[in-house]
Amino acid sequence: MSIFADENTRVVVQGITGKEGSFHARQCLAYGTKIVAGVTPGKGGQKTEDVPVFNCVREAVAVADANTSLIFVPPAGAADAILEAADAGIALAVVITDGVPTLDMIRVLRQIAGRPIRVLGPNCPGLISPGKTKVGIMPAAIHLPGRVGVISRSGTLTYEVVYQLTTLGVGQSTCIGVGGDPVVGTDYLDCLRAFAADPETDAILLIGEIGGDAEERAAEFIREHVRKPVVSFIAGLSAPAGKRMGHAGAIIAGGKGTARAKLAALAEAGVRVVEDASRIGQTVKETLANRV
Amino acid sequence: MNIHEYQAKELFLAYGVPTPRFRVIGNPWEAYEAAQELGGETFVVKAQIHAGGRGKAGGVKVAHGLNQVHQLAMEMSGKTLVTPQTGPAGKKVRKILIGQAVDIAREYYLALLVDRSARAVAIMASREGGVEIETVASKNPGAIFVQRVDPMAGLASFAARNVAYALGLGGPQVKQCAEMVRNLHRLFQENHCSLLEINPLAVDAQGALWAADAKIAIDDNALTSRPDLRRLRDYDEEEPLEIQARRYGVDYVKLDGRIGCLVNGAGLAMATMDQIKLAGGEPANFLDIKGGANKQNVINAFKLLTADERVRVVLINIFGGIVRCDMVAAGILSALREIEVKLPIVIRLEGTNVEEGRKLLAESPYSFVLADGLADAARKAVSALAGETA
Repeated sequence: MSIFADENTRVVVQGITGKEGSFHARQCLAYGTKIVAGVTPGKGGQKTEDVPVFNCVREAVAVADANTSLIFVPPAGAADAILEAADAGIALAVVITDGVPTLDMIRVLRQIAGRPIRVLGPNCPGLISPGKTKVGIMPAAIHLPGRVGVISRSGTLTYEVVYQLTTLGVGQSTCIGVGGDPVVGTDYLDCLRAFAADPETDAILLIGEIGGDAEERAAEFIREHVRKPVVSFIAGLSAPAGKRMGHAGAIIAGGKGTARAKLAALAEAGVRVVEDASRIGQTVKETLANRV
Repeated sequence: MNIHEYQAKELFLAYGVPTPRFRVIGNPWEAYEAAQELGGETFVVKAQIHAGGRGKAGGVKVAHGLNQVHQLAMEMSGKTLVTPQTGPAGKKVRKILIGQAVDIAREYYLALLVDRSARAVAIMASREGGVEIETVASKNPGAIFVQRVDPMAGLASFAARNVAYALGLGGPQVKQCAEMVRNLHRLFQENHCSLLEINPLAVDAQGALWAADAKIAIDDNALTSRPDLRRLRDYDEEEPLEIQARRYGVDYVKLDGRIGCLVNGAGLAMATMDQIKLAGGEPANFLDIKGGANKQNVINAFKLLTADERVRVVLINIFGGIVRCDMVAAGILSALREIEVKLPIVIRLEGTNVEEGRKLLAESPYSFVLADGLADAARKAVSALAGETA
């Protein structure tokens, strides 16, 4: 199995006629993802990469039976794109867009609360269930089908880590980038809960970074609810306080959100923490081997 | 983006938040007249820098009479303040706020912020004001009251009153406090704040509330569509290289080490810095060329990081995804053709189009130290540095 996306995932790409949207639609199609529709208001009736383009998500759902949306809409329109996906009955909206104001995200997430839609991101690389589907912008070739669940706030660092796993022959059930913004639709807890319940995930790798308290909350959740082995790395041990390190969410503020504190919380919850990023893959492999 | 106390207080005044009268001066000789215009006997003289902890560093003083205002302003102006938040280099005082002092009977704490896990704006209040809220949070977390705001319904009247009651206010103060909280919340929402803090929220001898201090940070993501907020940026408070980086569309933070890094992705950029440290070196910067980077971004980023004269070794770590390795390699080669760089350059490429990228580097007239993996890259950068400084 896998979580959130699998061979039944039917994707509509919102913003498919843009440069990024069309490029990544092509990449996903090449991986075997069922991209069944694209949406760009005013461009309905066209085709991009042999994918039919509709004016609105509702039409994409009605005609092409889409159940998942991949959003490349620019920041100013991203909130509306999420609302539109929710309104059309989409089950999972993956928001790649970087630069959405935090207060806009807060409002949108509240507006869709109670609806059967999961939002992943914004400012995230998406997710991939190797061998089944890729709904995101990650390079497909580095992934290998298998039984490790990967959760991360970062994009390229996840590629780095997945590459280490694959090189060592350790495959992945699903790899999820939750996004680097302070407020995101799907958090670590949602992913941990799903991986813990997934019979085909044997171990979980959590890649965190400085800022906020999501890793601390994850540690608490793991201690209480996760019986599978968890390995974790936190980026930013060398980051100075008070400076935003690229991601809007990656900032040590008021002495809170340091990598050291997060590592300590995770270690205390029984998580195997790694401080050397080059040894993350190896540590996961050892953890799987030692599993009883 | 952080803004100055005086800019935050100007927003307060625009939103009807009671704020002691003040003037901002750029030249200490203006202090005397500024205080004279404000009137009164007692004044505060406050250094306007983007860092907390000013008080202990001598950046906040109380003056009695106009002559003392002048004297303190003369002392403070041009001084470099070192606080726990400025780093060892400190920050130079270029602007000074002269304000009417509040006859403070009590000090409270009030803040609005983004509660990430609740996905809502939260109001934080404490009766223990005037001290660092982090200290209160660790020693006596029960002393901090939190009221979350429903993102759809907005701030309800009862919620605003709850803040007043949590502060132990009574009588007409409840109404004044609730109105203040409502105005601050409107300010927060309309100006895309990520943090708004008043410490202390002062109560004077007559029981009136005053925003004696003000701190506001604005969500960088909101700046694109808000020129009015962009104009609040003070370039004096920023690293010139960081200003340049923003224009180039890359994320850059200057640090104190000697190994300059160029990486794609914020997480990988941090992990690269960590790996340098683990190998016994110090990173000179954080630099993320970002996902949508093109060749020109790479050229600019390379020039930017080599413009830092502390940099002795360059470490390029690219894990190609959207960003292709051959594009990065081509960008580096173009930059090297434009500017003379004598520093050793360690390059690690992996991912999309890695073979094409390595081929471009190998066929170029320049020499690079090629690395295989994250740890190898960091080790080679550190040993190249040892060779440079030997």
